[in-house]
Amino acid sequence: MAENEWKPKIIAFVCNWCTYAGADLAGTSRLKYDVNVRVIKLPCTGRIDPLFIIKAFEQGADGVLVSGCHPGDCHYTSGNYHARRRWIVFSELLRFFGIPEDRVQFAWVSAAEGAKWATLVNEVVAKVRQLGPFTAYRELETTEVLS
Amino acid sequence: MIEELRHKARELLEKGQVELVIGYGAGSDPTRTMPVFIRRPEDCDHLVWNKYCYNNLTSYLTWPELKTAGKRAVVCKGCDAKAIVVLCKENRIEREEVVVIGMSCEGVGEPLFGKCEFCDVRTPKTCDIQIGATLPPLSKDNLFEDVRQLEAGNAAERWEFWRRQFSRCIKCYACRQACPLCYCTQCIVERNQPQWIATSSHPKGNFAWNVVRALHLAGRCIGCGECERVCPSNIPLMLANKKLAQVVKEQFGYESGYDIDEPLPMASFMPDDSDELFK
Repeated sequence: MAENEWKPKIIAFVCNWCTYAGADLAGTSRLKYDVNVRVIKLPCTGRIDPLFIIKAFEQGADGVLVSGCHPGDCHYTSGNYHARRRWIVFSELLRFFGIPEDRVQFAWVSAAEGAKWATLVNEVVAKVRQLGPFTAYRELETTEVLS
Repeated sequence: MIEELRHKARELLEKGQVELVIGYGAGSDPTRTMPVFIRRPEDCDHLVWNKYCYNNLTSYLTWPELKTAGKRAVVCKGCDAKAIVVLCKENRIEREEVVVIGMSCEGVGEPLFGKCEFCDVRTPKTCDIQIGATLPPLSKDNLFEDVRQLEAGNAAERWEFWRRQFSRCIKCYACRQACPLCYCTQCIVERNQPQWIATSSHPKGNFAWNVVRALHLAGRCIGCGECERVCPSNIPLMLANKKLAQVVKEQFGYESGYDIDEPLPMASFMPDDSDELFK
């Protein structure tokens, strides 16, 4: 890989109980996956406000990954069920506003799915790499007001 | 209809059934109306009813200074009355503390507002006193036509469309103030530790604000269109609201503002909600 090649910035919002442990397992299992992902751990997917995703894009993320416990396995019984409804609605809104679908990926990764986490990250990075840097969003800051 | 309205309002105040009547009064010219707050029976002659009665007066029901006014009556069109349903479900008001004076409505605005073309509540579904004849509902088949039209384009086109629209936003928050369901005492845009949404009106902050405004109304918006009407920059806010209404209807089979007993879609869930989105 060339030294000056563009490296996509992916922010992953994961839940403490499943996906974070899954990512941990990927690490202890010595699985290799793309290094472009920055993991942010939260108590539950239900804690992830859609604004976090907006904020990530504002701060320069090229892609966002959201992952938590499989439905039915939530540490808090129903946090991920609520999150699922929220993401269904939110992803449609983002799509409607013209944010490419491949920039935001939702997933369920359990504590036992270290391999799934590694593949998932690789997939997301590959998709975002194909889309290129999310300059469209960052340009919002610099564009002049149009009518 | 006006006489009937005034008569009923007078009666409510005279009998002490309500302390306050919120209705429409004459505005600064014949094509305008303004909200009036009536406490004395003799003032009920100030009430008017015509096609310029745009405002959704249910917005005032959650005002703290009016909450202490005792029992209130509010003049509602069918669309406005839907907000009563949501406000009750969200425990903002008690159904018993509000007398809904429902007006039969053939549509407001000149030319007629877009929402009125698909109105299925020309006779309010939620009301205590109905004024005027019962009108048949209109078909809602083409309600989401403008949403479909925008979706016919690709993501880049939609991005450009909304970028242009939101770039005009001046962050006056009139959309929020006019909305009967935007009642938070501290809105997320006013929170500054941390600052979630940039306060200046540049396109980046405007985008975040408009995403949040729309999203907070998902499964709640009753489609009164007040946000769009009051927008000084003519941003088609209802388009985003309608998109969310469409998603909620398709995914969760829920329409806001009709059934007072149905659980709120964004505060409930079903174990078999769609998993299509998730890897």
